[in-house]
Amino acid sequence: MTLDTAPEVPRAGFNFDNCRRNAALLQGGFKPPTTTKTGTTIVGVIYKDGVVLGADTRATEGPIVSDKNCAKIHYLADNIYCCGAGTAADTEMTTDLISSQLELHRLSTERQVPVVCANNILKQMLFRYQGHISAALVLGGVDKYGPHIYCIHPHGSADKLPYATMGSGSLAAMAVFESRWKPDLTEEEAKLLVRDAIASGIFNDLGSGSNVDLCVIRKDSTEYLRNHELANKKGERQLNYGFKKGTTPILHTSIKDLQITERVQAVPMEIA
Amino acid sequence: MGPGFDFTDTPVSTGTTIMAVEFDGGVVIGADSRTSSGAYVANRVTDKLTQISDKIYCCRSGSAADTQAIADIVAYSLNYHRNQTSKEPLVWEAASEFRNFCYNYRDSLLAGIIVAGWDEERGGQVYSVPLGGMLTRESCTIGGSGSSFIYGFVREHYRPGMPKEECIEFVKKAVQHAIFHDGSSGGVVRIGIIDKDGIERRLFYNTESGESKIAGSQSFIN
Repeated sequence: MTLDTAPEVPRAGFNFDNCRRNAALLQGGFKPPTTTKTGTTIVGVIYKDGVVLGADTRATEGPIVSDKNCAKIHYLADNIYCCGAGTAADTEMTTDLISSQLELHRLSTERQVPVVCANNILKQMLFRYQGHISAALVLGGVDKYGPHIYCIHPHGSADKLPYATMGSGSLAAMAVFESRWKPDLTEEEAKLLVRDAIASGIFNDLGSGSNVDLCVIRKDSTEYLRNHELANKKGERQLNYGFKKGTTPILHTSIKDLQITERVQAVPMEIA
Repeated sequence: MGPGFDFTDTPVSTGTTIMAVEFDGGVVIGADSRTSSGAYVANRVTDKLTQISDKIYCCRSGSAADTQAIADIVAYSLNYHRNQTSKEPLVWEAASEFRNFCYNYRDSLLAGIIVAGWDEERGGQVYSVPLGGMLTRESCTIGGSGSSFIYGFVREHYRPGMPKEECIEFVKKAVQHAIFHDGSSGGVVRIGIIDKDGIERRLFYNTESGESKIAGSQSFIN
């Protein structure tokens, strides 16, 4: 019995009822909905005076291509961008959240935010969620200490590297980097190398496809090259294969005159 | 690997060889440079010798995420401690901080850490914090998956009180043997020598010439 003066306090702590319900549903053969994953190729390199980030533009839901031209290079700050692979919703939400934290940090310190700062916030958040946030990131940017690339894994480990690849196409892209990367590339060489690495992911990895996005970050300017190259242009139709007017002969015509009458009837409201 | 391979569900770990040896006046620490994610080498130039304070370093093995997180927290806490007390942190303080995290979170962590460094009180020291979160001081210790292959080598060739250069050669040889026999260890051999003046870093390529194959890449690997 509950008294008005001492109402029943709800039990403290987490409630795991739904876990047992979900386990029972799975055992009964229930197919849970799948998340949209960006089976992806994303890369980043350091060149002489900046960084170049690259990404393909395919998003998938299991075997289906759910978006043929999505953007995987996310804005974090004017001098920092971040490529995301993994669950699309997770990469989108984490980068948005960190972007807003970095802006607040910039406003409070009145300084350009360094790239290590973005790296630290990201890895600490991903570690806190113990790998449940499926975001594999290539973070790149330029600050007063120079150009930086970080490779951040979903469990919260990060590597500082001169060139990095991530996603299901990372093996194909890394093969390109390992054979052709050298220190102090020029901007044009770096863009070509990144393009080739992404193209190798697009053509050799099933999870990656469509177009090449690039982002060049220099000491004091940024250039987001959305759809830098359309690697998969749709073929143009040579002829018009439509049927000419009158191809189907009209055998006979009959026109009927229809008369429609509409009647509205008022229904009295029920009174309890 | 193939299209069925889901890299987001494969934890990144430092299938590793790490090592630390005391000598009169300091310590020599060493590690390979491979980080793997399943069968894929996620980083071949990793630096597993992580700075905690000016003269205290740790060698990380186990989950990359776990060991990086602990090292970051301990480095932060010792820095705070130094600012408050105006004293350089002691090696055993760093080691016991590591032990506290590794023991309290032993069920959720995968971390085997060697803490080594130099302080005014006891000179060069090596501490080992293995998987369950125990803490022991040792004059010579090895860790990581590659260490199982070199127990014999270390037992045969370690002598207490070896001079500095002999320790460096010993650590280098031991890590090279582990890299040779262990599939999850590889890359270059990184060595650090810590004494009263700070750290000196050395790098050994496993090429025939002993030099890097890419000219000018030193600045990135160091």
